[in-house]
Amino acid sequence: MDGPLLADLATDLDGNFERLVLSHQDRLYTIALRLLGDPRDAEEVAQDAFVRAYRALASYEPMRIRELRLRPWLATIAINVCRNRARRRTLQLVSLEAPARRQLDDGGPGAVATSLADPTGGPLEATVRRDSAHHWAALLASLPALYRAPIVLRHVDGLSYEEMSSVLGRPEGTLKAQVHRGLALLRDAHRHSPDLDRQEMTA
Amino acid sequence: MTARPNAIALSDIESALASLAVRAPATLASATLVTVGLADEYTTMDSPIGPVFVAWNGRGVSAVDAAGDARQFEQRFGRAFGRPIRRAAALAPRLERALARRLAGDRRAAIDLDLRGRTDFERAVWSKALEIPRGEVRPYGWIAAEIGRPRAVRAVGTALAHNPVPLVVPCHRVVRSDGLLGQYSLGGPGKKRAILATEGLDADELEELARAGIRYVGSDTTRIYCLPSCHNARRISDRHRVPFRSAAASETAGYRACRECRPDSAARAA
Repeated sequence: MDGPLLADLATDLDGNFERLVLSHQDRLYTIALRLLGDPRDAEEVAQDAFVRAYRALASYEPMRIRELRLRPWLATIAINVCRNRARRRTLQLVSLEAPARRQLDDGGPGAVATSLADPTGGPLEATVRRDSAHHWAALLASLPALYRAPIVLRHVDGLSYEEMSSVLGRPEGTLKAQVHRGLALLRDAHRHSPDLDRQEMTA
Repeated sequence: MTARPNAIALSDIESALASLAVRAPATLASATLVTVGLADEYTTMDSPIGPVFVAWNGRGVSAVDAAGDARQFEQRFGRAFGRPIRRAAALAPRLERALARRLAGDRRAAIDLDLRGRTDFERAVWSKALEIPRGEVRPYGWIAAEIGRPRAVRAVGTALAHNPVPLVVPCHRVVRSDGLLGQYSLGGPGKKRAILATEGLDADELEELARAGIRYVGSDTTRIYCLPSCHNARRISDRHRVPFRSAAASETAGYRACRECRPDSAARAA
């Protein structure tokens, strides 16, 4: 589906790069936000990833650009930027067995935008969904990074296992097991979390 | 009846996760495009001729312009560069400091410039102009000779007229080969005179010498001759100051060229 965009990028990078940004910014921002938890970090990571993508494209032959698989390629760049930042800051969030930071996702402007943008939900439903998003974002952030990245790529971003394998450099079988294990951990965490209604009262 | 509190199927978790996709903030795309140089930001800064507009992107400063107002500047920028431009609150502090230092005459102040699409010749002319010290001027022919293109005097003038970042690249320090001030891209000869005055150069005096046919001055103590605005020439006392009409005349009189202003370069141009 990115074929026409890639063809245009190959012939005129500067004239078409904005299209690439506009069509992939939500998902790169989402990946970074769900991996790092902080909206400002996420915006910086997404921007940095696009800048790296631009520089790479500027150095590639047109043939190489046309053959890119844009979705996993951009995800790879974003994940690498996340990793580099984590390494630089020895950020507790992305280290392998890190516990959750409580205010990981404050529900930020993005979360509200999602609920408002959903055409099927009435106001009440939208509120419930937002609180639910807050809840699941917090649980997701509490996952060890080993499972979090595969879960985010598979179930938030929607990449295939084959694409994820190229992004994370792990075999598909390993990733399937990690996603499965991650989902089970989320289910357990959900089971032991305070009731959503009570959480809302005390929030 | 009630199952365990909060029991949930994996498929419901999957759909909950799918709803965690969010919109990127509106600032992300515009900041990205500015960083890679596909869009610019601008603001105004103080200069010797009053506030001027200065534009930049992630590659460096892209334009300096004395437009009448912001709208006119945006239009001119759009025509010249074909990129979107947006007003910013302020210059980045580091760039602001570097620009202030450069405008105060510090040639070492590091300022990245966005000179995409410019020819090697233009770049050579502009970087040579950057070597001219504050408060001094050099003829077009001097630049032409110094960059190894002594016959390209007119092209040097054209390149300077196309300087996208006047003041930052001091094209106001380059004058006609007959010693008169000549044109200036940032608002005409009057502005050129005014900027040079703030740098401590009396352009009237210089033009008077030129009209009298005097292109060089020497010192009869050092036996060195200079371009009249060279800081070495300006230190010569009236008693020891010797005017020359040509480099050849100075050489014949046994004077050698100053190694700093290199007046012989001006003479070599065609």
